[in-house]
Amino acid sequence: MTLFANSPVKSFVVARVASGLVSIFFISFLVFLGTSMLPGDAANALLGQNATPETVLALRTELGLDQPLPVRYFHWLGNALHGDFGTSLSNSQPVINLLVPRLINSLILAFSAAVIVLPLAVGVGLLAAINRGKAIDTATGSISAIFLSMPSFLIGYLLVFIFAVKLGLFPPLSMVRSSASLPTWISALTLPVLTLVLVAQAHVMKLTRAAVLGVMSSDYILMAETKGIPRNRIILKHALPNALSPIVSICMITMAYLIVDVVVIEAVFNYPGMGKLMVDAVAYRDIPMVLACGVLFSTIFISLNFAADFLAMLVNPRQRLPRKGN
Amino acid sequence: MSGNRVLSIDNLRVETKSGVLLDDVSIHVDRGEVLGIIGESGAGKSTLALSSIMLFKSGCRPTSGSIELCGQSLMELGTTELETIRRTRASYVAQSAAAAFNPFYRLEDQVTEIPAMAQKLTSAQRRRMAVELFEELQLPDPRSFGRRYPHQVSGGQLQRAMIAMALINQPDLIIFDEPTTALDVTTQIEVLRLIKKVASTHNCGALYISHDLAVVSQMADRVVVMRNGKMVEQGPTRQLVDNPQTEYAQRLVAHQGDGTYATANGSDETLLDVRNVDVGYGGVTAVKDASIRLGAGSVLALVGESGSGKTTLARSIAGLQPARTGQIHMRDSVLAPVVERRSFDQRRLIQYIHQLPDLALNPRQTVRDVIGRPLSFFYGLRGAAAEQRLLELMEAIELPATYLDRYPASLSGGQKQRVCIARSLAAKPDILICDEITSALDPLVEESIVKLLTRLIKDEGLSILFITHNLGLALRFSHKTAVMQAGRIVEHGDTRTVFEQPQSDYTRSLIRAVPQLREGWLDGFSADAA
Repeated sequence: MTLFANSPVKSFVVARVASGLVSIFFISFLVFLGTSMLPGDAANALLGQNATPETVLALRTELGLDQPLPVRYFHWLGNALHGDFGTSLSNSQPVINLLVPRLINSLILAFSAAVIVLPLAVGVGLLAAINRGKAIDTATGSISAIFLSMPSFLIGYLLVFIFAVKLGLFPPLSMVRSSASLPTWISALTLPVLTLVLVAQAHVMKLTRAAVLGVMSSDYILMAETKGIPRNRIILKHALPNALSPIVSICMITMAYLIVDVVVIEAVFNYPGMGKLMVDAVAYRDIPMVLACGVLFSTIFISLNFAADFLAMLVNPRQRLPRKGN
Repeated sequence: MSGNRVLSIDNLRVETKSGVLLDDVSIHVDRGEVLGIIGESGAGKSTLALSSIMLFKSGCRPTSGSIELCGQSLMELGTTELETIRRTRASYVAQSAAAAFNPFYRLEDQVTEIPAMAQKLTSAQRRRMAVELFEELQLPDPRSFGRRYPHQVSGGQLQRAMIAMALINQPDLIIFDEPTTALDVTTQIEVLRLIKKVASTHNCGALYISHDLAVVSQMADRVVVMRNGKMVEQGPTRQLVDNPQTEYAQRLVAHQGDGTYATANGSDETLLDVRNVDVGYGGVTAVKDASIRLGAGSVLALVGESGSGKTTLARSIAGLQPARTGQIHMRDSVLAPVVERRSFDQRRLIQYIHQLPDLALNPRQTVRDVIGRPLSFFYGLRGAAAEQRLLELMEAIELPATYLDRYPASLSGGQKQRVCIARSLAAKPDILICDEITSALDPLVEESIVKLLTRLIKDEGLSILFITHNLGLALRFSHKTAVMQAGRIVEHGDTRTVFEQPQSDYTRSLIRAVPQLREGWLDGFSADAA
């Protein structure tokens, strides 16, 4: 961090990383507490029809479920810190082995959507700001509002109905193996990515437009106008950089949304991602898996939030640089 | 028209949907000439200034008349042509440099933006241009000055950097829109002298807008007086100052005179005695070892530049910012540092009025709610008794009783400040702390507020701690004056004595920096300083 030595950035990073770690521990405990309060327990769920009081008791002992909650929590935490999230109850494989490929799938989906939606929505938001009050502003605003108001699963099913069922362009389900070829991947990803793009664009677009227009009423924009700077340059070079902080924040939060909140989309398209893994784990009372998914999701969310604030700070000279000095 | 004419505006009328901003205004500026434009806020000064480069706020448009810049009529031009005109022919210097610089870019990138867009010069050449201008404007360390961001330099330096930015395109016309209003007097004088020098050496025409007649009289060759979008009077500066024709201009000039308001001398009985007070927040000590005395029925002016600790000291007296050491006596009692530990009556007896009534009034409360609150809080007044007192208070602040049901948004700045005064009076205090209460108001409104306070001192037996950076006002209004510099009281005594025989160098420099109407005052300043 020599680049930022003596700047407010360093202390910010230290403080936020520390508080982020505390948050992750706290959330892990909450998730642990939550899973322990689920009705029924894993022993019952595992044994199903074969559950007799004796077998349940034996299995509970074997799983360590007979010990008090804090003991179980710290036992789990100690292992987790070494990368051992336990064994899946429904699958008898290490949780981490099941989780990693699913995480990669989710990341592929989320990043594909992000790569499209972030530049697109920021661009459209800018276009709306430049043409404030004109037809293009009204049109983009209305279209984005329509997709914002529709539930994501409905958008997903509509797309499936049109592009898969009626036109037959893409498969209705997106079950792919990691060994599948690239065209297969693209074909499988198109509809879920398109759904995510439509769902996620509204906030980024509207916030970009609002942030840029908010800056446009500043004195330094009037100053630029008196200097004879053309309007497009004013918006891109004078207004946009000062609106970057909120735009970067909403982009990062949208990223977090894309990764964490894809549960519904993955279910609609039967896509083998983390969201679906977690839903299945809850259904089967696969506690170690639920715990691992919960902690991973919250870590991703907290990291992206931190990234949002960190980037917002980096793009603002008043926060990045001390008052005195160069 | 002579070939020297830079700007010529004839019979200009500017309208919005709801009204007329400028009505039949005609001005002209020749090369090497400074035209002063003076008037109250809302008089249309800035609208007129910006119309010279065909820039209008959204919703405003010129409906008749003509605007010619360097012989070219601007009314018929399209956006692109106007932008070219603005880049090459004219420059604008705004009031608040802190807000007018883009916080995102280094100063030199903003100063050299127009040459950079023209792409005729290399970046090294552009940098050299900027450095030369920084040198001319006497900025510290001109070679590296431009590498800084706006938040890293002081207000006076930013204002000078903005003048550098205005000069970089070698304009034919520079518009100075209240360029020193946000500055302290000692900083103002440096900037004024630089502007004057620059205007003569760069051989351009200039518009100089201000609400301060003394400043305009030093800067301008001719002056236009504006009021409510109309030209009231115009003429050569000396003629307008020495022999104003219209009643409004006469009042403006008279306001600059040295008539005093302070009537009877305050009694010698000490009402408030602040002894050796230190006040600070965090690691900063904003007030150091300050002692002041306020006599019963008198006005103590607390003067000094921004950041000198005036408001912090006042807040410690009100108990809002507790003093760390020292004592505050009111009559025979010692006041606790924190307001929560003061008695009900002690709190009632000291009332505080803020600089900006817009921030001190709840926009969703009527005048009746605002003034009625202290009546019920301190005196438990309700119904007819409260109504009676409300009417008395409205009479005291010279507003019609019908205003009781108005909201702040429908009041003018001066009227809002009157409501704040009434709210303080409702508590029947002994001491009013007035924190720059007139500095956001126009000169003639300021005068009416001060007259009101003068009457209240007599009628209500008030004592006033009057914080101001306006030395002329302190001289006219106060019995005693305390001067603050960097958290310390550097001078404290009878107002006349302080102003006529100042003891500290700082007080002397402050008094000397107050702009005067006298001819050649600014030009003589450097000679005096030597």
